[in-house]
Amino acid sequence: MNALRVTTTRIFYAVLLLLAVLVLNFTMMHLAPGDVADTIAQSMGGADEETMAQIRADYGLDKPFIVQLGSYLGRVIRFDLGYSFYYNQPVTSLILQRLPATLLLVFTAQLFAMIVGVVLGVISARRPNGILSHFVTFISLFGYSAPVFWTGILLLIAFSLKIQWFPVAGMRDVTLEGGFWVQTLDIIRHMVLPTITLGSIFLALYSRLSRASMMETLGSDYVRTAKAKGLTEREVVYKHALKNALSPVITLAGLQFSAVISGAVLVETVFAWPGLGTLAFQSILARDTPTILGILFFSALMVIVGNLLTDFVLRLVDPRLKGRA
Amino acid sequence: MSEQTVDAPVARARSPLSEAWEMFRHNHSAMLGLALLSLIVLAAILGPMLYQTDPFDMVWAPFSPPGEEGFLLGTDYLGRDLLSQILHGARVTLIIGLSAAIVTVVIGVTVGALAGFYGGIIEEMLMRFTEFFQVLPTLLFSMVIVALFGASLPMITFAIGIVSWTAVARITRSEFQRVRELEYVMASRASGATNAKLMFQVILPNALPPIIVQSALMVGSAILFEAGLSFLGLTDPNVVSWGQIIGSNRQYILEAGFTVTIPGLAIFITVLAISLVGDGLNDALNPKLRKR
Repeated sequence: MNALRVTTTRIFYAVLLLLAVLVLNFTMMHLAPGDVADTIAQSMGGADEETMAQIRADYGLDKPFIVQLGSYLGRVIRFDLGYSFYYNQPVTSLILQRLPATLLLVFTAQLFAMIVGVVLGVISARRPNGILSHFVTFISLFGYSAPVFWTGILLLIAFSLKIQWFPVAGMRDVTLEGGFWVQTLDIIRHMVLPTITLGSIFLALYSRLSRASMMETLGSDYVRTAKAKGLTEREVVYKHALKNALSPVITLAGLQFSAVISGAVLVETVFAWPGLGTLAFQSILARDTPTILGILFFSALMVIVGNLLTDFVLRLVDPRLKGRA
Repeated sequence: MSEQTVDAPVARARSPLSEAWEMFRHNHSAMLGLALLSLIVLAAILGPMLYQTDPFDMVWAPFSPPGEEGFLLGTDYLGRDLLSQILHGARVTLIIGLSAAIVTVVIGVTVGALAGFYGGIIEEMLMRFTEFFQVLPTLLFSMVIVALFGASLPMITFAIGIVSWTAVARITRSEFQRVRELEYVMASRASGATNAKLMFQVILPNALPPIIVQSALMVGSAILFEAGLSFLGLTDPNVVSWGQIIGSNRQYILEAGFTVTIPGLAIFITVLAISLVGDGLNDALNPKLRKR
């Protein structure tokens, strides 16, 4: 009952937020010097005033701002993101082509960072002065301080150029012949370095946080009770404490969606990964307004949906949150 | 200069500041960070004066390795002196990092202070506003701003600041909410202090420690942010910055990896130094949290 109302309120706010993002993006594009007509004229190799005026009339660019904004919002609601003159394709299909690669990279990197981070954090929480604990401190400092594109290039130099274990760029080898498994294995080989690079930022965060949260949980009363009733150390840590220590990590992971997208833009550029990040970069350089607007919309959508999902998962993990707004 | 430096014979109560410094001074990693940071700042200020090679001049053949022909860090893909580029880049990197952090703190503290002080509908609206900025894909959004409105240093600073202030706002708000309820604030309110005075003279000083720590860390993340933008080429072409050196040399990592590793190392060490200082400040200013 209550949970249902909380969910609907959240979804309502999420939609409002998304609308606000759309308005801001569109306004920003509108304020910037140059418009779609310039881009089209450029792709035609120049156009005279009359043709420019014709193009502007065709695309409704001569109408007042409010009318343009209204028709833009109307189109987005119908999931029509316009047409890219740079790529000669509808923006929606362009984005949907690139989306799987980005989602694959982003989710694998997050999964990698969370699993390795939590494992490192938990082990080092049990021995706060052990070697592993110092290692966690070191990688969390490294992950925070090293620019992610530099980490990527260092890995590229070490593992693709010096020792040639992994391919230099891209997502698959197009010349490769073979069935499903050969292709999958090829994608995995291409994914290793980008995943580690993108994951390194978040690995730092998660290992540090899960260590802190695990140490706090291990000191709490109910853990002492569990120990007192004769459970083994292992049972206490992995059955009782871990579940509670996990919820701040999930919360933090949920807040990272925006940072993940930013990281993905840089990592995809370094490894020429054919995802949304490289598309965003190219369309920004080419001033391809419809594509830029489409990508901004999609990224905001991903962040908002991600936040809703995190909330949902947290409620599953942490029963204390049930029914709370 | 006054003559009050003579040691008083009686032990005086120490100011919180000197107590914090005492704690900071005994923190080895924080002091290491401070030393590194001082060196970097000094190099940024004095370096270009002492080492006068123009970073845009082609001085020698491209990809000369470090140490050869008198070029301590070698030359880049156009045969420009890498040491000179690093020294000039340090200025740009530090200035943008610092000024973007200032923008961040000004917006963040204003929004957070108003929300935490007034509460109610004002807080609700300001926090929705903050949430809105948290949803924006930070780097993409700044890339668009810089690409559309021109890659000047002030625009880059603005583009970084406008997407990074939300963390400062949240921290400021929660501190204000905490301090607002303390008795001494009630007392000042009862004695007729205006809202502005309450906010900035009464509450702010006590809410400051976590804000200072966050601001210090903000400089580090602004530097990383700027490096990312200029790595992608979204930077003023008339100035050198560390990220931009990496971005322009990255096609040649096979021939000359050092043109990428060295500027990256500079960014890494600078941000590392800042985060060590930030962690040290955190321990020194919030002694209660030290056990964590």
